[in-house]
Amino acid sequence: MSLPPLPASAIELGVTVDDWHEAVRLAGAALERSGAATPAYADEMIRMIEEHGPYVVIAPGLALAHARPGPAVVADGLAIVTLASPVNFGHPHNDPVRVVLGLAIKEARTHLAAVAELANVFNDSDAIEALASATTAEQVQRIMGVSS
Amino acid sequence: MKIVAICGAGIGSSGILKVNAERVLRKLDIEATVTAVDISSLAETAKDAQVILTSAEFVDAIGATFADVIVIENYFDTQELTAKLEAALG
Repeated sequence: MSLPPLPASAIELGVTVDDWHEAVRLAGAALERSGAATPAYADEMIRMIEEHGPYVVIAPGLALAHARPGPAVVADGLAIVTLASPVNFGHPHNDPVRVVLGLAIKEARTHLAAVAELANVFNDSDAIEALASATTAEQVQRIMGVSS
Repeated sequence: MKIVAICGAGIGSSGILKVNAERVLRKLDIEATVTAVDISSLAETAKDAQVILTSAEFVDAIGATFADVIVIENYFDTQELTAKLEAALG
């Protein structure tokens, strides 16, 4: 059981964005850099939120941007974007968001092992704060429990 | 006992709800199957479910159901899950 790959190319720290669209787009760009997704995946992640609302803000300060498996996913991958200034997604309890995870999953039936690992990391309530204040990709990878 | 976790894609967030709900149910010693589905396949999967786990955005889309609909705010807060599952099942 392990997380999808999280290479340094998929980590971007302390970025400034105007709104949640831009934050999710940057998570999509990070997945594209690491070879996990095509540019279309960012549009799909944004469309999921436009269609279903800000439910992707699954914990205080944390958005899990994702879309369905499909042609825009090249390989399983994870991306992390942290924001210099938090942005609102419109969630009733968990705004504002400081950390955006991007998740690309190739096969729905194998994804539960990967999300179980995400649960292991984030069931520690300090993990979101630690990610938000990380200054290097290595720190992020250590918090997530992946080797660089 | 059948429990369904719902999100927009049927992967990712509903998967996290499933994983954490299973952990909590094991601690509570409650036997249940938890299935993660997307909102569009809900009608088929949830017709015999006792509990539906989801976030506030999907409550309207779930519509009329005999299941207890539990709205989870923090998907990683197993204390919240424990309290809400105990209240619904206890």
